[in-house]
Parts: sequence; C-alpha cells; structure tokens
Amino acid sequence: MLVLLAVMALAYHGGRKRAITSAGGAGQISTLHSLPGYYGFYAALWAGIPALLLLGLWLGIQDAVVTGLVKSALPAQTLSGLSDGALGLLLNDVKNLASGSIVGGTVTPEIQAAADHFAQLQRLANWAMWLLVLAAASGGMVLAWGQTKPRMRARNRVESIVMGTMFLCSLIAVLTTLGIILSVLFESLQFFQKIHPADFFLGTLWSPQTAMRTDQVAAAGAFGAVPLFTGTLLISFIAMAVAVPIGLMAAIYLSEYAPRQVRSVAKPLLEILAGIPTVVYGFFAALTLAPVIRAIGESLGLEVASESALAAGLVMGVMIIPFVSSLSDDVINAVPQAMRDGSYALGATQSETIRRVVIPAALPGIVGGILLAVSRAIGETMIVVMAAGLSANLTANPLASVTTVTVQIVTLLTGDQEFDSAKTLAAFALGLTLFLVTLVLNVIALHIVRKYREQYE
Amino acid sequence: MSTLASEIVRDTSAITAADLARGGRVSGTIGDITTPDPRMVCRGVNVWYGAKQAIKEVGLDIGKNQVVAMIGPSGCGKSTFLRCLNRMNDTIDGCRVQGSIQLDGQEIYDKRVDPVPLRAQVGMVFQKPNPFPKSIYENVAYGPRIHGLTNSKAELDALVETSLRKAGLWNEVKDRLDQPGTGLSGGQQQRLCIARTIAVSPEVILMDEPCSALDPIATAIIEELIDELREQYAIAIVTHSMQQAARVSQRTAYFHLGDLVEVGETNQIFTNPRHQLTEDYITGRFG
Repeated sequence: MLVLLAVMALAYHGGRKRAITSAGGAGQISTLHSLPGYYGFYAALWAGIPALLLLGLWLGIQDAVVTGLVKSALPAQTLSGLSDGALGLLLNDVKNLASGSIVGGTVTPEIQAAADHFAQLQRLANWAMWLLVLAAASGGMVLAWGQTKPRMRARNRVESIVMGTMFLCSLIAVLTTLGIILSVLFESLQFFQKIHPADFFLGTLWSPQTAMRTDQVAAAGAFGAVPLFTGTLLISFIAMAVAVPIGLMAAIYLSEYAPRQVRSVAKPLLEILAGIPTVVYGFFAALTLAPVIRAIGESLGLEVASESALAAGLVMGVMIIPFVSSLSDDVINAVPQAMRDGSYALGATQSETIRRVVIPAALPGIVGGILLAVSRAIGETMIVVMAAGLSANLTANPLASVTTVTVQIVTLLTGDQEFDSAKTLAAFALGLTLFLVTLVLNVIALHIVRKYREQYE
Repeated sequence: MSTLASEIVRDTSAITAADLARGGRVSGTIGDITTPDPRMVCRGVNVWYGAKQAIKEVGLDIGKNQVVAMIGPSGCGKSTFLRCLNRMNDTIDGCRVQGSIQLDGQEIYDKRVDPVPLRAQVGMVFQKPNPFPKSIYENVAYGPRIHGLTNSKAELDALVETSLRKAGLWNEVKDRLDQPGTGLSGGQQQRLCIARTIAVSPEVILMDEPCSALDPIATAIIEELIDELREQYAIAIVTHSMQQAARVSQRTAYFHLGDLVEVGETNQIFTNPRHQLTEDYITGRFG
C-alpha cells in the first residue's frame, strides 16, 4: 500500500516536471492549458486508480481461485462420499493448518500435503498480485506522462475524475437507505406470509409471546398492531402538545423580542436540551416525573399507573422543544425585515406585525419544523421504554400505561431469538411501517420547507 | 436671474429671523427651509447611530400638496432623516434622535406620542417593493383592518377599491384580487405598496427611493402617480436620480455628509444652485 502511495507521489512529481519541461521551462507555464499541478495529479490518478481497482479485484477472487486449485489437487478418494458441508470443513482444516492454527480433526498426510500446497499457492498469488499492481501503477504513470503535452486538458480530466468520486460517495448514502429498506421489506414479507396483513394492521390484541420450541407451553401469539400505533400516537400527541406551543413561543420571543444578550445566551442553552442523551431523559421521566404525576393524580382521586403515557409524553415533549424552537427561530429570522418595516409603516404594533405578517410568512417553515419534530417523537424509544411501560393497552387515557412501536421492536429483538419465528419477524414489519410513516412525514416536511424557500428567493 | 438670487437671499435672512423667534438653532442651510402651509416642521434634528452622528442640525418643512425631494450622495443622511419623520428609526438599535419634529403642531418625539398611530398618519413606501405574502386584497385591507377603519365588509371592499384606484392599479388587478401580491411585477408591487399606504388615509407619505428597483416604464407610471397624489397628501421623497427629483418635486433639499446644505424651489436648485457642493453634485462632478 505504501509502495503504491510512493508510486503515486513519484507520478505526481514526474507529471508536474514533464508539464513544465514540455511548456519550455518555468517561465513558460502560461502556455500550458492547466497549471502544472494538474498534470501531476493526472499522472498520480492514472498510477493509483487502475492499480487499486486491480488490487480490489484480485483480493476478491484470489481466495476462490486458490481454494479451487487446492480442491482439485486433493486425491479423489479423500473427496468421494463427502457432502458439501463436510467438504467445506475439510477445506477449512486445510486453511487452518496452512496458517498454523489449531485444527479440528486428525491430520492425515493428504491434508498435510494439501495444506502445504495451499500455503505455496497463497505465497505465489501474493507475489503475483503485488507485481501486477506495481506494473499497473507504473504503466498508468508512464501512460499519463506520455500524454503530457501543453495542449492536454489536464484540469478538465482531473476535475471530471474528482466529480465521479464525489458522485460515488453520494451514491453510498442512497444505496445504504435502499439496502435497509430492502432487507426490512423482505423480512416483513416473510412475516406477512405467516400472519395475515389484515390481522396485523387491524387486530387489537398484541401478545407476541409464542413458543420457541414445540415442547414449550405458550400462547399462540397475537399480532394486532393497533394498540402499538395508538400508544405511539397518544405519546406523540402529548409530546407535541407540550413542544409546539412552548417551542413556538420561545422561538417568537427569541427572534422578535429578546435583546441581543439574552438571545446569545438563551439560544445555545435551549439547544443543549437536544444534546442530553435520551436515556437520561428516560430515567428523569421514570424516577422523577412519574411519581410526581402519580402523587398528584392520587390526591385528585384518579387512578394512575406507575408508568404512564403522560410522564413519557411530557418528557419527550421537553426533549423536542429545541427542534421546534430552533427551526422556527430560523424561519422567523428568514422573514425579510422589509416585511416588518412595511407593517410598522402602516401603523401596526409589534404584536400585530408578528401575528399577521411574520407568523403567516413563516408558517410553512414552522409547519415543516413541527413535522420533523413529529417524526422524531414517533421514532423515540428510550424514554418510552423507561417511562411508559411495556403493556400494549388499547386506551386513550394518558394516565394508563401504554407501549409504542419502537419499544416493541426493542423487546422483540433483545434476548435469545430465532430469526424465522413470527415473533421476531413482527419486529421487521413494525419497523417497516414506522419507517414508511416517518418517511412520508419527512417528505411532506421537506416539500413544505422547499415551497416556502421559493417564495423569497 | 440676479433678481431671483437677491430674493432668495432676502428669504434666507427672513427665515433665520423666524428660526430665532422660534428659539430654534440657526442651521447652516442655504435657502428657504420653510414653506407657507407646512404639514411637518423639523428644526435642529440630530441623529446618532451609536457614537456616529448621521445627520446634524437639519431643519426642513414639508408642505401640504407639495412634493419635497431629498437628494445627495450615498450616506448623506437623507434616508435617515426620512425615517425620523414617522419614527421608523425607533426599530433600529442604538439610534438616537434629538431636535424638534412636529406634525400639525404636535411634537412627534414627545413621550406621550405613541409611534404606532403616528405611522398611520405618516405613511411610508420603501425602496424595494415589500408586499406581504398575502392576496392583493389582503395587502390593501391590512391597514384598515388593524386600525378598525371600516365597519362592514362592503365598506372595506369600497376602501380597497378606492385605494387601488388612487394608486392606478385597479384596472390591472380587479379580476385577481385574491391572488398573491408577490406575484405582481415589480412596478405593480410598488403601486400595491402605495395603495396599501393610502388605505389608512395618511396625511404625509414618505417615499424612500421608490423607483430604484424599477424599470424606466414602471418608474414613469409611479412618477405620474406621485404627481396626482400631491393633490391630497404632503409627500417627501428620497431619490438618487436627479432627473426624478426635477420631474416630480416642487422643492428640493440637498444633503451632504449629514448636513442639509441647500433647500430651494426645484427649478432654482437645478438651474441656479447657490452652494458650491450643490452645483458640483447636480453637474455630476461627484456622487
């Protein structure tokens, strides 16, 4: 690897020097199409990229080729009557023996011979690989040097290569998303083969405990996701009822009324809220707030579960205040001062201006921020696990214990699991549904925000 | 020509005496800062932005049925002065105003005066058209609504229509009053802003370079409109275009580095300026 870098450095310097020479000396650089450095980069890229591609390709197929060669060299009577699995084990023994590790079975002379053969082939392949890579690097370098003439458009070529690299990088993010969707989708399809979608989306009983082994005594399992979704909705609703008014008013105060000093202190402090780990919020909700709510509720004669949707929702609301306030603050600040001046010049007071001009102008952006906060609330797990409990009650009572989609995914996938039972697969179906919901919310939010931006630019 | 000059000199001395009689400070301004029937009377106005003094000892009257143009190089304080007249400077941090500015005899910087109703009396049109992101109708109805000027929907409709008519925009927009005001062309937007200002029936209209963001045709329409509006309102306009000042105004005030250098009939300022700085500016030697 270091050798390859050295070759690239050499190619850079050579390319640069050649460019200057071909231009006719250091004084004539302006006759070159591009700056000399670009000719250097061009040569370095020619030396590096084909060699790296070759290296990657070789590493990808070397193992298969060498293993195939070893296998074909094994005596026929050793192979006869072996299943695929047993053959794999045998080849593994050979490889382990060659690298000097402990071997599972007994070492027969045939296996010993095969191991020696394997090691030899491996060495050979390594040498061949490095020779070939170096040859490719040098070849690329010489090729690029040969092309170095004053009229060669080195800058354009280097830039298009760099652009291609950046394109690949952006593709990685997209492909990862696609990969996640597909993996979740296939597992969900498996789940829906075992459980009918109508039972999943419309059933009101959630009790996923099924028997792991046939001799276990357990319920058949019920996978009605409705209680989970209502629980998610209830907690998100409480959270938004806390976060939207508080966040919005904080944003209006900070952007319109607060003196500069207050703003410079209060805004970072508010954003610290977003940096607190959700686990910390969770035990705050479970250990501090929930008992308080219980005590207040009981003094009013209400029956309050020790883990309540209210506690989780309130704390989650506090957690997402910074989302709402920070985004709203930004869009309110983006409303041009000319709007406010226009309103003041008509004799409007500051509050009239904010209510009738600034907020309507910023509304699309504020709605976008709120939708982003909603998808954050729906996806939140830790607070709910700790403060709202695990029992899937179908209720609208905020004082009862409820559970959410994300919490159930966590409980379904922690501990010992088999990955083809309906119970674990249900987690994927839940994940897919949740993903779709937040995706739709995000798309709507982004769409609204974009529409708003067009208005002023 | 010489008779005109001597007349002006006599006027100046008269003004200085009048100024002294009012107890105001004598400004260094050449020419007649007063007008026979003033709507606004400003004397000895100083403005600071923080420690920097933006205008010094400016005195000027703004007369009824008259357009006063304020010209001068950038940073000379003409916009600052304009913004003093309806206390728009209040919204700027660190801005301090000193001196006397009266609207119909009432001191507008008096502690008892609320800037909010004042701004309904002294309307303002800005450099860049700034319609609200609402419909055309709502843009005009905004002012009357917040001041409760009308009692019924019919009255409001009528007020919106007359305001748009006065701004010369009615025929262009009468079929699309519910469409956003931001969708109009630049010149139409500026006339919408003027209609919006007229709708609250101000006494004085301040215009801060109202045509600098517009093309020549839209500019000509607005200038014609300004001339018509003069019949009902007192108008003060800041402009960078000397041709515009010459076309629309009756009196012109020349500002230079925070000083009001010279005031006079527009004709006289452009044909026979008395201060060297004024002459240099209008002949294009700088600015």
